[in-house]
Amino acid sequence: MRSIWRTLGRDTAAGIAAVCLAVGVIGVSYGATAVTTGLPPWLPIVLGVVVLAGGAEFLFIGIVAAGGSPIAAVLAGLVVNARHLPYGLSVPDVVGSGWRRLLGVHLMNDESVAMALAQPDIERKRAAYWACGFGVLLAWPGGAAVGVLIGTFVPDTAAFGLDAVFPAVLLALIVPALREKATLRAALVGAAVAVASAPFLPAGMPVLVALSGLLVAGRGSDQRMGDAAGPESSELVSKSDRTTCESGAE
Amino acid sequence: MMLAAGIIALAVGTYTFRWAGPALRERIRFPTRVVRLLEVGAVVLLAALVAVTALPTDSGHFEFALPAGVLVAALLAWRKQPILVVILAAATTTALLRLLGVA
Repeated sequence: MRSIWRTLGRDTAAGIAAVCLAVGVIGVSYGATAVTTGLPPWLPIVLGVVVLAGGAEFLFIGIVAAGGSPIAAVLAGLVVNARHLPYGLSVPDVVGSGWRRLLGVHLMNDESVAMALAQPDIERKRAAYWACGFGVLLAWPGGAAVGVLIGTFVPDTAAFGLDAVFPAVLLALIVPALREKATLRAALVGAAVAVASAPFLPAGMPVLVALSGLLVAGRGSDQRMGDAAGPESSELVSKSDRTTCESGAE
Repeated sequence: MMLAAGIIALAVGTYTFRWAGPALRERIRFPTRVVRLLEVGAVVLLAALVAVTALPTDSGHFEFALPAGVLVAALLAWRKQPILVVILAAATTTALLRLLGVA
């Protein structure tokens, strides 16, 4: 474990610690919310350990608490978590091999994947992935347990701007990759498609649909910034308020 | 009992998604261009996640504080500030705007 920290360097290590702290505080809010809606105290903690994906758990608990069927809750959670499959395709080398992989793949989440992506070499990618993955594995269910204990007091994470931490972290980590023109183009188109389709699709789907942005990246660099996505994704953007740089040039 | 089955189903399904990516990469030889696309794919997924999180569409009115915080994070990250600075600036911006009742 100590060698992992040495590999990472101070800035990345501090970043991982900060991310885990934020995850922990959001976990407190999650645990408290779950018990105040009348669900058993073990539920958010067990979900936190075995699912280890915040968005899907919030959704699952929300549907169950609202009296929806567990089947609907499972399906909704799985749609949200489907993005882990393309994650694994992108960073296959960090999860380890043999018996280690059994735990390594479980540590795959938005933060650990983004942390790995941001590192310059495979050695540091692996260290960042495992350090962040373990941190989240401790912080998320741990936070949920604290939330369950303090129960009736739901910390207002919004008042402290904590809901801005998650997107800010992911953004900070992908910025180096976005300095590359083709990647930036694909990301912008993907983000635009996701935002435009969000009102019409169930949670989790817009992010998957965003992968259509790859159609732009896959094409040659004979085009310049501001070009629209291919026809496939143009269809998805049904009535988008064209706030992003889409010009329909095809 | 139904609830326990639901938890197990979600856990097993999610684990399968996580396990599938690395397993597929081991069994199938992807051409270099596809490997490169897969790497860009992770960035696209994360960028889309940022956009959807920063611009929630579920409520009727548009909330300004959260996207503003994320925008500040974007600017600082682009100027190569340490991640700790980026995180604190984003949270502070969003919290202050809410305090001032802008959102």
